[in-house]
Amino acid sequence: MSKSVTDVICPFCGTLCDDLEVIVSDDGKKIEDIYNACAIGAEKFMHAQAPERVKRPRMQQPDGSYKEVSYDEAVEYTARMLFNAKKPLMYGWSSTSCEAQSVGHEIAEKVGAIVDNTATVCHGTTLIAVQDVGIPSCTLGEIKNRADRIIFWGCNPCHAHPRHQSRYSVFPRGFFTNKGHMNRKVIVVDPRVTDTAKLADYHYQVEQGRDYELLSAFRVALRNEPLPETVAGIPREKIIEGAEVMKSGRFGIIFFGMGVTQSLSKNHNIDNAIMLTKDLNEFTKFSIMAMRGHYNVTGSGQVLGWQFGYPFSVDLSRGFARYNPGETSSNDLLRRGEVDAVFVLGSDPGAHFPISSVKKIAELPSVCVDPHITPTSEISKLHVPVAFVGVEVGGNCYRMDNVPIEARKVVDPPEGVLTDVEFLTRVNARLDQLMGGK
Amino acid sequence: MAKLKLNLITGRTIHQGVAMEGGKEKDAYTKACGIIEMDPSDLKKLGIWKGTNVRVTSEWGSVVVKAVEATQGPHPGLAYIPMGPWANSVVNPKTYSTGMPTFKGVPIEVEPAINEPVLSSIQLVQKKCRGEA
Repeated sequence: MSKSVTDVICPFCGTLCDDLEVIVSDDGKKIEDIYNACAIGAEKFMHAQAPERVKRPRMQQPDGSYKEVSYDEAVEYTARMLFNAKKPLMYGWSSTSCEAQSVGHEIAEKVGAIVDNTATVCHGTTLIAVQDVGIPSCTLGEIKNRADRIIFWGCNPCHAHPRHQSRYSVFPRGFFTNKGHMNRKVIVVDPRVTDTAKLADYHYQVEQGRDYELLSAFRVALRNEPLPETVAGIPREKIIEGAEVMKSGRFGIIFFGMGVTQSLSKNHNIDNAIMLTKDLNEFTKFSIMAMRGHYNVTGSGQVLGWQFGYPFSVDLSRGFARYNPGETSSNDLLRRGEVDAVFVLGSDPGAHFPISSVKKIAELPSVCVDPHITPTSEISKLHVPVAFVGVEVGGNCYRMDNVPIEARKVVDPPEGVLTDVEFLTRVNARLDQLMGGK
Repeated sequence: MAKLKLNLITGRTIHQGVAMEGGKEKDAYTKACGIIEMDPSDLKKLGIWKGTNVRVTSEWGSVVVKAVEATQGPHPGLAYIPMGPWANSVVNPKTYSTGMPTFKGVPIEVEPAINEPVLSSIQLVQKKCRGEA
C-alpha cells in the first residue's frame, strides 16, 4: 500500500510551494507520484529516483576519467584542499538548507575563505540597490489577499516560477481580492512577448536594456511633468496610461527579475524601481519584491547576513568579514585569478558562469558537492554526491519574501549517501584536527 | 555566407528548468538549451530554415547551437539562448564592479553552420576548458 505525504515543500524556485502531495511506496523508499507540483518541481522529485544516480564520491584521474572513492577520502581531500589554500572560494549555498550553510560558514571562517552564493549571478545587484535605497516590501500572503495592481518587470514567472501566479500574484481569490484575476490589473514590462506578457492587461515591450529610462519615465508621469514622445520604444500616452493604472490601485506590487538585474545599469535599474515604488506610495500602497530563483538563495543571504553582516560575496580571508562586490564576488575573483581553490555546494557554476570563469575552476583544486552530474562536477577534481534537501532530508529554507519554511523529508536517501550537513560536519572536524585545535 | 548581427539575451525557460532537473548530462538538456530563439524575420534575413545549426559569435566566445523560431515573440533584432553553458560561451563576463556578469544585451553575430554539431553540455564545457572548442 502506498502512503501519501502532504504539505511537502518544493525545493526548486523561490516561490517555495508548500502544498505538494507525494505518494511514497510502503517501505518509504520510492516516490511513486507527485501532485500539485509544477513541471520543474515534479521533475526534481522524480530525478532523485533515477537509477543512474551517482552514489559515491568520484575523483578525477589524470586522463580526465573519474574513479570512485570513499567518503573518508573525499572528506580528507576537501579538508586538505581548504587547509592548504591561501584564499579558497566557497560558492553556491542556494540549493541547500540554512543548517548546511551555517556549518559551511564555520569552515569558511576557519580557513579564511570567500563565501559567495548564487545571488552573485542573479539578484546580487538587487542586494546592492537595497543597501543603497532600502526596500518597501511585503509577504506573498499580503499580495494574495490585497494586491490589485501586479507588475512583472523583467521577469517571466510562467517559465521561471510556474506556480507563482496561481498561488499568490494573479489568480488566487484573497480576502480583499475575492474575484481573483478579475480584481487585478497585470502589467508586464519585457522586451519579448513572453507567456507572462500574453496574460497581462498591459504589456510594455521595452527596448532591451532601456529599463532605467522607462522607470524614470513612469516617475516623471507620476509627477505630471512633460515626457518626450517615446521613451525606450514606448509611446508617451502608454506611459501616462500605465502610471494612472498604477496610481488607481489599492495595493500594488512590482515583481522584478533578471531582466533588470542582469542588463546594463544593473543595480541602478533596481534603485530606480525601488524609487518608483516609493513615489507610488504618495498615491496608494505599493511594494516591491525580487523574484528569487533558487529555493533557498534568500536563506543564504539571511544566514550570511546574521552571521557576517553581508548577504553575499563575503571575504573572510583577512580574519574579519569584508564585502565589496566587483572585488570579492566569484566571477571577478575567478577571472582575475585571485583564488587558489574552489569549493562548490548546491549550485552549478559550470553551467551558469561565463565560460572564462569556468575555465579557471577547471584549472584549480576543486570540489563539487551536488546530487546531480553537472558541468561543474565534470570539471572538478572531486565530485561528492549528497542527499537532495527537501526530498531526502529536511532543513530550513527561506521563501522569496523572507518567510522561513521548514522543508520536509519524503524518502530516505540511497544507502550510505551523506547529507550536506553530515559531509560538511565531517570536513569541519577534520579541519580541526589539521589545524591542531587552533 | 550571410552573417546577421543580433542582440542576445539569456534566461530561464520552463523546458530548460525541467531538462536541468532531469539531468544536465542528458540529451533533453541539449535540446532545451543548445538553441537560439530567433524572430522569423531574422531567420529569413539569414536565409536559413528553422532547425538549422548556426554558429553564434561574440567578442567573448563562439558556440554552435540550433536556430529555432521564437516561441515568445515577435522580437526582431533580439535573440534568446536559454541559460546554460551554450549561452555562457558567448555572454559578456564583465561585471562593471557589481559582481554580476552581463548576461543580457550581448552583441552577437549569427551565421549558418550546417555541418557543425551542437555539443552536449558536458562535452562543451570540458572542451572549452581544455581549449579545444
